[in-house]
Amino acid sequence: MSAAWSESDPIVDIRDVHKSFGPVQVLAGVSLSMPMRSTACIIGPSGSGKSTLLRCINALVPIEKGSIKVRGIEVNDPKVDILNLRRRVGMVFQQYNLFPHKTALQNVMMAPITVLKQDRAEVEERARRLLRKVRLEGKEDAYPGELSGGQQQRVAIARSLAMSPEVMLFDEVTAALDPETVKEVLITIRELAEEGMTCLLVTHEMGFAREVADHIYFTDRGLIVEHGPPKEFFSNPRDPRTREFLGQIL
Amino acid sequence: MMVRGPKGHAGLGGGTDLPVLLPAAERLQRRSERERLLGAPRLRLRGRDLAWLCLMLICFTGYAEAQAAAAGREPISIALLRWVPLLFQGFVFNIVISVLSMALGTVLGVVLGLMQISLLPPIRFSSWFVTQFFRNAPWLVLLFYCIFLLPFEIRAFGMRIPFPDWIKAIIGLSLPVMANVSEIVRGAVRSIPSGQWEAAESLAFNRNQTIWKIILPQCVKRMLPPWMNLYAILTMATVLASIVGVSEVMTLARRVLAAEVRNDLLIPLYGMILVWFFVYCYPIARLTQWLERRYAVKL
Repeated sequence: MSAAWSESDPIVDIRDVHKSFGPVQVLAGVSLSMPMRSTACIIGPSGSGKSTLLRCINALVPIEKGSIKVRGIEVNDPKVDILNLRRRVGMVFQQYNLFPHKTALQNVMMAPITVLKQDRAEVEERARRLLRKVRLEGKEDAYPGELSGGQQQRVAIARSLAMSPEVMLFDEVTAALDPETVKEVLITIRELAEEGMTCLLVTHEMGFAREVADHIYFTDRGLIVEHGPPKEFFSNPRDPRTREFLGQIL
Repeated sequence: MMVRGPKGHAGLGGGTDLPVLLPAAERLQRRSERERLLGAPRLRLRGRDLAWLCLMLICFTGYAEAQAAAAGREPISIALLRWVPLLFQGFVFNIVISVLSMALGTVLGVVLGLMQISLLPPIRFSSWFVTQFFRNAPWLVLLFYCIFLLPFEIRAFGMRIPFPDWIKAIIGLSLPVMANVSEIVRGAVRSIPSGQWEAAESLAFNRNQTIWKIILPQCVKRMLPPWMNLYAILTMATVLASIVGVSEVMTLARRVLAAEVRNDLLIPLYGMILVWFFVYCYPIARLTQWLERRYAVKL
């Protein structure tokens, strides 16, 4: 929380980020900025660095060059309070990654109790409310293994929300789901976006991106090739690579 | 921690509508219900297993008995029965040694195993070395080292605390157990998908919280079968202590044979000890197999 940050500044501000895994350069100078309460989608061919970029934002992956600021906090600063950063940035994964030894309710309650040392009763009430919000009432005591993929993913969303984040990152959250359950997860995300949560999604659901996003970023080979509002981006792509990609997908 | 069975196990009975599976499903369902009531797996020692056991015993004693009768000596079974109480005490001592070295070895091994996943290279490397060293050392040599290197008593604060051989044997046997438990812990931790670490990290858990709240609870289930297997092996290895003079069952058996001065007792006597170990270790092995099968079904 730097004093210089105000709500009118971008909540996520990425400047010229570079990242390599060994000889492979995954991010080659990516810049992106999101105002508060906006929704952005990153699309692009696989291996173009989309997931890595998301992982850099909550410091799961360290960057080599450039700067990432979340709410004015410099992620790359060695002295940064990682706990303070991560509680503000929620993340949902493609493989759900729920804790299999805990029930849905315990999954949601765990982080606020363990990390934020909040009061158990108060956390439980909030966790139940969040599970209701993602339409999983009655599944509080189910273990992840007893839930469908779509239900697990919604528990994962509730689990992230329990930390009261200011930004939510979604990493191809529907890619492992079967078509019928994709919808229930997307509806949950759309509701979140409509409520004013800042959402950054990596997705292959073009229809959904077009519908919910305020801004679309297209990445290829570690660079943002083109970006713009969805209407413009989808109807009139300028870059040949974007056109080729959209031609293959749509 | 809650240890739960895979959902498929209980649900199989009602769930299937494949006619071929129905009889088996029904049987499995009944069995799992019974086990749930018991709160523990039922040992399915089949009649066949018991028959083999009895056959072994009868063959051992019967053969010797026939010889004793021919020579007009006291029947083997009477002579054997006279020594059973003493020998059984020795056997119980073996069990005590095995339980205590398992406990000691497990505590040390868990610490060592956690050191192996430390982020600090010196700790990681030194614990790796200790683990590999004791894992690849013969148990008997480790036992000898402990017997001869450890003092027979400790003097502290003007008191003399005796340090008998059997305690040294426990320490000696706990060293290989420690190394094996260390590897079991490390292996279990590494078998947890990396997504679990990532999820915990993204929820702002620090490393300690991640290990103790997320990773280790999931490891317990995975560690149980190899840990029990190790215990069965250790129990059978406790007779090594007879070589260094601890009065466990083999030492006593040797003394009995010396006192009885009759060679025809040798086979039935050792046969009886074999059967005791079998009866103790076999259920553990079966239970281990059962747990392995049960946990093999992934969530």
